[in-house]
Amino acid sequence: MNTSALIMMISVESIVALLTIWFFYKVLTTKPKPEPDSFTKNDEKKR
Amino acid sequence: MASNTEAWGSRVGLVLAMAGNAVGFGNFLRFPVQAVQNGGGAFIIPYLVSFLLMGIPLLFIEWSSGRFGGKYRHHSTPFILQSMDRRWIWKYVGVFGIFSNIAIAAYYCYIESWTMSYMIHSIIGTFDGLNQTQVAAFFSDYLDVKTSTTGIPYEALVFFVFCIALNAWILSKGLSSGVEKVAMIGMPLLIIFGIFLAIKGITLKAGVHGAINDGTVGLNFLWTPDFTSLANPKVWLAAAGQIFFTLSVGMGSIQCYASYLKKRDDVALNAMSAGWMNEFVEVVLGSAIIIPIGIGYLGIDKIIELTNLGGLGLGFRTMPFLFEQWGPALSAIAGVAFFGLLFFAGITSSLAMGTPGMGFMMDEYKWSRPKSAWAFGLVVMILGLPTIFFFNEGVFDEYDYWAGTISLVIFALLEAILFSWVFGMKKGWKEITDGADIQVPLVYRFIIKYITPVALILVFTGALLRPVNDDWSSINLKGWKLHNESIIGQLQHKGAGPNRQWFSRSFYAEADGIVDSVYSTKGNNYFFRTSAIQKSGKLSSKVYRYNPSKHQLLVEKGDVVFTGQAVYAGPVINRVFYLDMARLLLLTVFLLISLLVYIAWNKRIRERRIRR
Repeated sequence: MNTSALIMMISVESIVALLTIWFFYKVLTTKPKPEPDSFTKNDEKKR
Repeated sequence: MASNTEAWGSRVGLVLAMAGNAVGFGNFLRFPVQAVQNGGGAFIIPYLVSFLLMGIPLLFIEWSSGRFGGKYRHHSTPFILQSMDRRWIWKYVGVFGIFSNIAIAAYYCYIESWTMSYMIHSIIGTFDGLNQTQVAAFFSDYLDVKTSTTGIPYEALVFFVFCIALNAWILSKGLSSGVEKVAMIGMPLLIIFGIFLAIKGITLKAGVHGAINDGTVGLNFLWTPDFTSLANPKVWLAAAGQIFFTLSVGMGSIQCYASYLKKRDDVALNAMSAGWMNEFVEVVLGSAIIIPIGIGYLGIDKIIELTNLGGLGLGFRTMPFLFEQWGPALSAIAGVAFFGLLFFAGITSSLAMGTPGMGFMMDEYKWSRPKSAWAFGLVVMILGLPTIFFFNEGVFDEYDYWAGTISLVIFALLEAILFSWVFGMKKGWKEITDGADIQVPLVYRFIIKYITPVALILVFTGALLRPVNDDWSSINLKGWKLHNESIIGQLQHKGAGPNRQWFSRSFYAEADGIVDSVYSTKGNNYFFRTSAIQKSGKLSSKVYRYNPSKHQLLVEKGDVVFTGQAVYAGPVINRVFYLDMARLLLLTVFLLISLLVYIAWNKRIRERRIRR
């Protein structure tokens, strides 16, 4: 691959991949809101 | 009496369902084609700018208006928009948010059914030993509903009906037990299949398994920036268009999913997570599959030629042949992975298309979820039949143009104006940031109010007045020639050439050229082809279909024909007839949904359920 294509590909794909991972990590690790929230699967655990 | 008390099971499930809604065929088939046709690596710059200035704002607008409408127990856009401003017009603007989903599902489920069929054909080895022309011919045979590739009569129709039944059955199970479960299984599988194929694509070696180029040649071709293209409005409009279709904004399905969120739950982080996940699938995986593999086996020139036929042509006419080069076992695995990832991309989107209409019937007419789901399936099946039976007459493309392209732009433009200028940015910003688990940059308040509506107006105007050959320098006050695919050009049937009447006694040549072949294919389909060398030096061909039992061919091999010259005589139903009927059908669906909204509105008045 030529240098400009390589720089373009690596920089764009890295930014996109890192932001995707970061936002999804935040979704996984953010504490749920107090009940009643919108999600049913965590209802029993909290009671 | 049923009531709409659906809920999401988990936050991850919601994000994956929203990402699945966005990730569709376009991520793998449309994006690489658009990138190749618009400057390779430089396309990504306007693409990402459009994502930041139009995509993310529209995601914020749709997620927050959905949650806002959900507070009043509205789960479809007619009354979600009405809850933001009480003027009567908004509920009819909201009709787009049901109409687009139903009309798109009608042809989208058809593509989805192709992926199911192609998975089976990959497993049973149908493509073993076929050359590229035979694989391409297989696709044409498959689309001809009378021809069977498996022995099942009306095979394409059978797969289509099965696919719709599967969608309706999953939808009937509910949000958390149906849609969310499919997203939780489908999205990870899609990413695994995508990574497998991307690795195979970029590690192709010239000389191994018949490859003529390394996989990196394709990547080089796709990612080498051509910065001169940045000054071309065509590239910017293509990039903005791609952002639109890839995120599923302007459809009404995001609002529907978000309407099941409670007031204090986050929308900002969820929107960003689902949006960026779609970008990952598109930019990282979508760019590493069909172009590197295609160029690896067929070379750059052939792939450029094939991209002119669109992503569907590349995906279904070409990829099975390329996978065959890897040997029977690996080609079966690759076929299942490729068509499997397309299937999961498709079904997570088509399920989202079912929910707005169902939400509306459950809210307003108290239908149960199963009844709404099966009714959605029935309507989609009826509306989809013309796309199957008249695929070659252009009905499929007509649905895609009006319902899958223009309706989205119109709806997104109107909802952006409603949100930022009518509902007001003060309230709008509060809706976006209430309960937010991330700090939303303040600059988005400005972008949503000013930049996004202007960008959408430009996209719409660009589509309306697109010049011929996308030559924007030809625009001047004296007027310019319109592109066949501009909105005005489409309305005038500019692409129809001399065959502009619904019915006629002769069919006229649509291009100059020499008749270079007269032939027939399986299923008694008869064709002749004319070819001519264009000014650019490229060979252009035009294929005409005729029926020898009804038509008398007036030309033979070697004849020179000119545009407008009669090439066969006999009763002809021209393409414009089918296109006008398709438009009429879509308009009827829109009006029927508007009527249902009108009746529901009056019902609300009678029952005193209107927010004063």
